[in-house]
Amino acid sequence: MAIARFWRETPRRYNLGGSRCLVCQSVYFPPRTVCPTCSTHRQSIGKMEPLQLSGDGEVVSYTVVHEAAIGFEMQVPYVLALVRTTEGPLLTGQVVNVVPDEMRVGLKVRATFRKLREEGPAGVIHYGYKFAPREEAEAGPRAGREAEPAPAHSPDVSRARA
Amino acid sequence: MRDVAILGTGMTKFGELWDRSFREIGIEAGFQALVDGKLSSHDLGALYLGNMASGAFLEQEHIAPLILDYAGLAGHHLPAIRVEAGGASGALALHEGYLAVASGAYDFVVVGGAEKMTDVSDTEASRIVDATADTEWELVFGATLPSLWAMVARKHMHEYGTLREDLAALPAHDHLMASKNPLAHFRNKVSVDQVVNSGMVADPLGLLDCSPLSDGAAAVLLGPMESARKYTDTPIRIAASQIACDTMALHHRRDLTTLDSTVFAAKRAFSQARRKPADIQVAEIDDAYSIAGLVALEDLGFVAKGEAGAAMRDGRFFGKGTTMINASGGLKAQGRPFGAVGVAQVVELVRQLRGEAKDRQVSGAQVGLAHNVGGTGATSAVTILERAN
Amino acid sequence: MQHSEAGIVSYGVYVPRYRITPAEIGQVWGVDGVAMGQGLNIERKSVPAPDEDTVTISTEALRVALARGRIDPQEIGALYVGSESHPYAVKPTATIVAHAVGATPSLTAADFEFACKAGTAAIQTCLGLVRSEMIRYGVAIGTDTSQGAPGDALEYSASAGGGALVIGRENVIASVNHTVSYTTDTPDFWRREGQRYPSHGGRFTGEPAYFRHVGECAKLMFKQAGTTTKDYAHAVFHQPNGKFPRRIGTQLGFTDDQLRYGMVTPRIGNTYSAAALIGLANVLDHAKPGERILVVGYGSGAGSDAFDLTVTDAAAQYDRSIGLPVQQYLDSGVELSYSVYAKFRGKIHMGEA
Repeated sequence: MAIARFWRETPRRYNLGGSRCLVCQSVYFPPRTVCPTCSTHRQSIGKMEPLQLSGDGEVVSYTVVHEAAIGFEMQVPYVLALVRTTEGPLLTGQVVNVVPDEMRVGLKVRATFRKLREEGPAGVIHYGYKFAPREEAEAGPRAGREAEPAPAHSPDVSRARA
Repeated sequence: MRDVAILGTGMTKFGELWDRSFREIGIEAGFQALVDGKLSSHDLGALYLGNMASGAFLEQEHIAPLILDYAGLAGHHLPAIRVEAGGASGALALHEGYLAVASGAYDFVVVGGAEKMTDVSDTEASRIVDATADTEWELVFGATLPSLWAMVARKHMHEYGTLREDLAALPAHDHLMASKNPLAHFRNKVSVDQVVNSGMVADPLGLLDCSPLSDGAAAVLLGPMESARKYTDTPIRIAASQIACDTMALHHRRDLTTLDSTVFAAKRAFSQARRKPADIQVAEIDDAYSIAGLVALEDLGFVAKGEAGAAMRDGRFFGKGTTMINASGGLKAQGRPFGAVGVAQVVELVRQLRGEAKDRQVSGAQVGLAHNVGGTGATSAVTILERAN
Repeated sequence: MQHSEAGIVSYGVYVPRYRITPAEIGQVWGVDGVAMGQGLNIERKSVPAPDEDTVTISTEALRVALARGRIDPQEIGALYVGSESHPYAVKPTATIVAHAVGATPSLTAADFEFACKAGTAAIQTCLGLVRSEMIRYGVAIGTDTSQGAPGDALEYSASAGGGALVIGRENVIASVNHTVSYTTDTPDFWRREGQRYPSHGGRFTGEPAYFRHVGECAKLMFKQAGTTTKDYAHAVFHQPNGKFPRRIGTQLGFTDDQLRYGMVTPRIGNTYSAAALIGLANVLDHAKPGERILVVGYGSGAGSDAFDLTVTDAAAQYDRSIGLPVQQYLDSGVELSYSVYAKFRGKIHMGEA
C-alpha cells in the first residue's frame, strides 16, 4: 500500500508542477527546495516558486523496453524516453501513440494523461503524465491556464497492425 | 593518515548458489581472507559489510552482526557495520574499512561484500535492483536499470557514432576471461554476433549486454602497511580509495553520456595515488551493462570522450594495449552479486598484483584500478592498488 | 463578454487510437464478421490502450475543451462524469478528472450512471445549475470503455471514447433552447453488481426500448419547441450501431443530409455514454451560426434526453485549432489483431504473479 506516497505527488504527476529559482531563474522538475545551480545555494532557500511545465518537449534519447518492469507487462514493448521540456528540465517518461519504428531523437512530444500503475486488481490506480508525438494540427495557440498541458494524440493514418 | 595494505583475500563461487545461504557464503569469504592473511580473529578490530538489499531479498535486515555471529565472533563484541550504496555497496564498505585503518581507529578490519539474489523470482529481483535508480521519478514510469542504460547507449551512439558491435565487444571479452576463472558465474564463451543477436531487453541492449543476478560473497583483510609483512609476503597497498556522488536520476545529469561521479572519483584517486591511467596494467571496471563499461573507460580517462567505441574495435583493452580490463570476467561474466561486486573487483586485482591469477594472469601487473558504480551513476568508487616492492 | 441563454461554451473529444474490425472479431468466433459489420453498419470500433480508462479519456477530452474555450478551470463549479465503465465501483472518476485539469477544490463533482445516457443527464444537471446561477461553468462528460462479452453481438460494437462539454452563459457557441426527457422502467440491457460483462434482451433492445424512447422523446421535443424536422439543420441520435439512428431518423422524417455529421459509430463503434456527445461534437465542428440542432440520447433501463440547440454567432470565432477535429478520429487509427485486442482489454486470464 503506497497510497499516500503516490497521492502526495499528484500535483506533479497530473499537472507537471515544478519550481523556479527566483535568484537565477533556473527551472526544476520535480520541484526543489534548494537551487542546485545558484553559486551560493543558501540564497535560494525560500525563493523557489512553483512553476507548471507546459508539457511540450523533445526526445533526447529513448529505448524500446522488451523486459518490462513489474506492472508494465501488458504494454510490452513500450517506449521510454528522456524528454527535454520547453522550460528546460529533462524528464523520464513513456511515449505512447507511437510505433517503435517511428521513434527518433528530436521527436516533438507533448504530455498526455494515462494510467501509470495499479496496485493489483483491488487496489488504487495511479495516474500521471506520459508523452505522445505532437501533431502539426495541434501547433496552434495554447490557451486556458498558461501551464495546463493540452492533450496529445497521435492519429496514425497508416493502418499498420500493432 | 597511515598507509593501508590488503593482507588477505577471500571469495566464493559466483552464480546461482541454490544450496547455500547468505550466512554461509558471507562466512566463507571472510574466513578465507583471515586465513590468507594469517590473522587471528582475536586481533580483528571491526567488520565492514557491503550489502545492498538483504531486507528485500531475504526479509533480513541487521546483517552485519548476523555474519559476525555465525562467524563465531559474537563473543568478541566487535563492531560490525553494514554499508549500502546500491551496486557500489562493496566499494563503499572497502572505503570505510580503509579510512578506519588509515586513521588508526582500528589496526585490522575485514571488509566483506555479499548478496544473495536468487531467493526471489527474477522479476522481483529486477524490481529490487531497479530501486537503485530514482523510484519516484524514473521507475514509476516503467523505467528499469537496463532501460536507463539503454538511453545512455542510444545517446552515445547518436553523439559519437558508437556501433552496436562496439557495445557487444565488451561482453564477448568478459566471457572469454571468465572462461579462465573458476569462480565466475558464466564460463562459456560468447561471440560479438551472439551478443548483438541476443534477446532484446531494452533496445539497443540485449540480454548478453546485461550482467546477471548472482549470489556471491568476497572479502579482504586490511591492516597497516607498516606491519603488513608479518602477515603476508606480498602486501598490496591501497594507493587510493575515492568516492564521488552525483544526481540520483539520469535525467538530472550534466551530460547523459558522462558519469561525473566516475570522473571526479577517478580524478581524486589518480591524484591521491600520484598515478595516471597509463600506469595501470589491470583494471576492473563496472560493466553492469555493456555501455556502462564503454562510458567508464572514457570517464576514468583511459580514452577521450566518445572514443570508447573505437577502443573496443581495436581491442586496446583486451590485451593488446597497456591496460587489460576485466581479467576476472567483469560484472557481465564473473557475475554481479550487487554488494559483493566492489570487494570482488579488489580481490581480483590483489590476485593479479600478487601474480596468483593463473590462466588469466596479466604479466607484469604492478598497479591496478577498480571502478564500481551504484544505480546509473549516483555513486562511483575508484580504488587504486599497488604491489608493495 | 457576451451573455445569453445557457448553452455549450466549449467542447472536446477524445477517442483512443486503436481500432478493430468486425471481420477480425468474427474470424475468432466462426462468424461472418463482414456480414455482421454490414448488418450493424459498423466498419470498425475503437479500443483503448492498456493504460487508458474513462479517467484518462475524460481528462484528455476536457483539457481540449478548456483550452479551446480559454476557460480558467478554477471557474468550474460542477463536474459530472457519466459512464457505465468507471474504473472504480466506489471512488469517483470525477474527482480525479477535476484534479487533473486543475479544477479542485472549490467545485462539486460526481459520477453519473444511466447506461448510455449518463452524459446527457449530466448536461441537464449542469444546465440547471448554470441557469439558476449557482455556478459559472458546469462540465458534463460522457465517456465509456465498454465491453461486450467475448463472442456476444455487443463485442462487435462496444468501443471507447469521451466527449466533454462546458456549459455556461458566457460566449455560448450553441445555446440550449429546450430539453425534455422520456423515462420508463424497461429492462433491455443491464449489468448486475460484480458482473464483468453486461447482459441484454436481444431483440427486446429494439422496438420497446431504443425506438420507443428515442422516438417518443423526439416527439415530446417537437411539441414543446413547436418544431418539425425541417427546423433542424442537424439531428444526432444515440447510436449503439450505425443502423438504429438511421432508422429512427428516417422514421421521424429526417434526411440523410441532416443525419450526416451526427453519425460517428460506423467509424469508431458504440462509445456508449460518449456516442451522442461525439456525434454532437462532429456537428459543432461543421455547423454554421443560426443552424438548429436536435440531439436525442438514449440509455437502457430506459430513458431518452433530448436537446434543441441553436448555433450562435460566437461559434464563428470559436478556436477549433486546439485538439483534433472529430473527423480525424473517424479517419485515423491503428488496427489491432483480436489477440492483441484481447490482451489490451483484459480478456486473457493471467496467472498469479
